[in-house]
Amino acid sequence: MAEILVLAEHSGGTVKKVTLELLTLARQFGEPAVVWVGDGAQEGRERLAEFGAAKVYVADSAGIGDYVAAPVAEVLASLVSRVSPAAVLVAATPEGKEVAGRLAVKTGSGVLTDAVGLAPAQDGSGPVAEQSIFGGAIIVRSRVRSGTPIVAVRPNSAAPEPAQGAAALEPAGVEPGEAAKAARIAERVVAERGERPELTEASIVVSGGRGVGNADNFALIEKLADSLGAAVGASRAATDAGWYPHQFQVGQTGKTVSPQLYMAVGISGAIQHRAGMQTSKTIMVVNKDPEAPIFELADFGVVGDLFAVVPQLTDEIARRKES
Amino acid sequence: MNIVVCVKQVPDTWAERTLRAEDSRLDRASVDGVINELDEYAIEEGLRLAEAHGGEVTVLSMGPEKASESIRKALSMGADKAVHLVDDQLAGSDALATSLALATVLGRIGFDLVILGSESTDARTGVLAAMLAERLGVPQLSLASKVETDGTAITIHRQTDYGYDRVEAALPALVSVVEKINEPRYPSFKGIMAAKKKPVETLSLADAGVDPGQVGLGAAATEVVSFAKRPPRQAGTIVKDEGDGGVKAAEFLAAQKFI
Ligand SMILES: Cc1cc2nc3c(=O)[nH]c(=O)nc-3n(C[C@H](O)[C@H](O)[C@H](O)COP(=O)(O)OP(=O)(O)OC[C@H]3O[C@@H](n4cnc5c(N)ncnc54)[C@H](O)[C@@H]3O)c2cc1C
Ligand SMILES: Nc1ncnc2c1ncn2[C@@H]1O[C@H](COP(=O)(O)O)[C@@H](O)[C@H]1O
Repeated sequence: MAEILVLAEHSGGTVKKVTLELLTLARQFGEPAVVWVGDGAQEGRERLAEFGAAKVYVADSAGIGDYVAAPVAEVLASLVSRVSPAAVLVAATPEGKEVAGRLAVKTGSGVLTDAVGLAPAQDGSGPVAEQSIFGGAIIVRSRVRSGTPIVAVRPNSAAPEPAQGAAALEPAGVEPGEAAKAARIAERVVAERGERPELTEASIVVSGGRGVGNADNFALIEKLADSLGAAVGASRAATDAGWYPHQFQVGQTGKTVSPQLYMAVGISGAIQHRAGMQTSKTIMVVNKDPEAPIFELADFGVVGDLFAVVPQLTDEIARRKES
Repeated sequence: MNIVVCVKQVPDTWAERTLRAEDSRLDRASVDGVINELDEYAIEEGLRLAEAHGGEVTVLSMGPEKASESIRKALSMGADKAVHLVDDQLAGSDALATSLALATVLGRIGFDLVILGSESTDARTGVLAAMLAERLGVPQLSLASKVETDGTAITIHRQTDYGYDRVEAALPALVSVVEKINEPRYPSFKGIMAAKKKPVETLSLADAGVDPGQVGLGAAATEVVSFAKRPPRQAGTIVKDEGDGGVKAAEFLAAQKFI
């Protein structure tokens, strides 16, 4: 059976959820083989085995993690020529997409980005990716015509399903060359990490918009998020105003999220905001203007003042969790 | 410093965008074209770096005739000159082909620094910068929220989920920017008048030395199998807050097993 290469996203030996999702999708096409770049493969191995990884190719030469994307693309390119996989799956994170772009050039392959679904073609001609474009208005199914299909899949596009795999560790057998080390990460500055899940990976996201009014009031959004174990997002109106850091912006020019539950609080629902959250499974809205377009997307909406509704909701969640 | 900014004309995101039934391509003719928003930030950064270090800013755009409007706008913001790659045989190019064509032109015109937006609002592939860096063999510094250079080395802040990474490289290099980086200027009246006289070099594929067999719809490495409008979401339950809105919201969350 052909191998499907899955690039692992991990931090300090902990496998990210999106990698388990990719493994689940990969099993439709062949035998999933994980590519692990950096330290921690030994620690991550067991988790990968639980989700059906047959092999884990490890590239952990000293300092390989000090560079963005380029060495990873070299490792993948060498594996592509060695094992001729049926496809390469990466997470549609900024770095995943950089890797995908470089790998496409190196191998002369087509690349599909931001897939929200992946299935075998009816005629067996490889994976067909589902993409949601133009702010979510249109769903496109595309496939790769030349080279090895490279697909960047968005987090939360599949539910991870366990399956037993050997996850046998094997050296990838490549040393990235000097050319891949041209841009070096000199320092990692951690502004705020906190305990919240990552925005694109979270199963629940609570976002605040201009209606929140100022930076201090974002504490209300954070409290609600924390009561649900959710990530916090923001509209561009809120990030532009400096109420919340830019990396939490959801939308066209920010992050795209598709959690199980998205809560839009004090957000009107401009098309550019929708572009980043329209594929969420369930959408809940709190807005005082019944005409706000965001209500068109709502599975459940409350027309009301967020300063009354949100604290009450947070308290009620706490009360229900206690009882 | 010789700075080239890659600028793409895209359909206005406020307009309704559709795919053509015949060939599954974006119907560009029916909507207004504007500069891809992030590219305005790229232009602004180019102008600031040229103002601080001396040098020229060249705008490079690949696109149909109509893209010349966006090129003029970039010139009216203050860029010195432009190169417009326009050829009917480019129509339907995917990211791989676009990167080949742009890399070929960049190789010809030369550069110390190439600046791009990190993503376009129509294709949204966000892979072009990486593809160009790979083809040109220069370091890529992506998702820049801050750029510093002394004309030899370059350092950026690369936005991450948890803060930022400081990334360093030597010039020549390629940078892609996020919107946090600056506040793009509006063209002044003087700028608009001056732009009319600035040189725009128009290149065909033959002029640029790009093999037509490697670009366009025929050469695309990816293809659309089918497309459809997203089915409208089922109308949800909307309640008015009568003092119990939060409680009702919690009931919904409980019914859906979120709590
Ligand atoms: C090229 C381009 C890219 C863009 N990219 C993005 C993007 O990535 N992400 C993004 O979000 N936007 C983006 N935008 C901006 C977008 O067009 C909107 O301007 C923005 O989303 C508006 O944010 P908002 O909904 O928070 O603010 P508003 O539109 O001002 O809405 C605020 C809402 O809060 C409600 N409200 C006010 N007070 C209360 C209260 N006390 N209680 C309850 N409700 C209240 C109001 O009724 C209103 O509906 C982009 C725009 C362009 C042109
Ligand atoms: N046809 C084009 N001409 C010039 N620059 C482009 C073109 N397409 C994309 N770009 C540049 O590449 C960036 C990323 O685009 P994309 O990878 O298509 O999302 C844009 O912000 C532009 O700077």
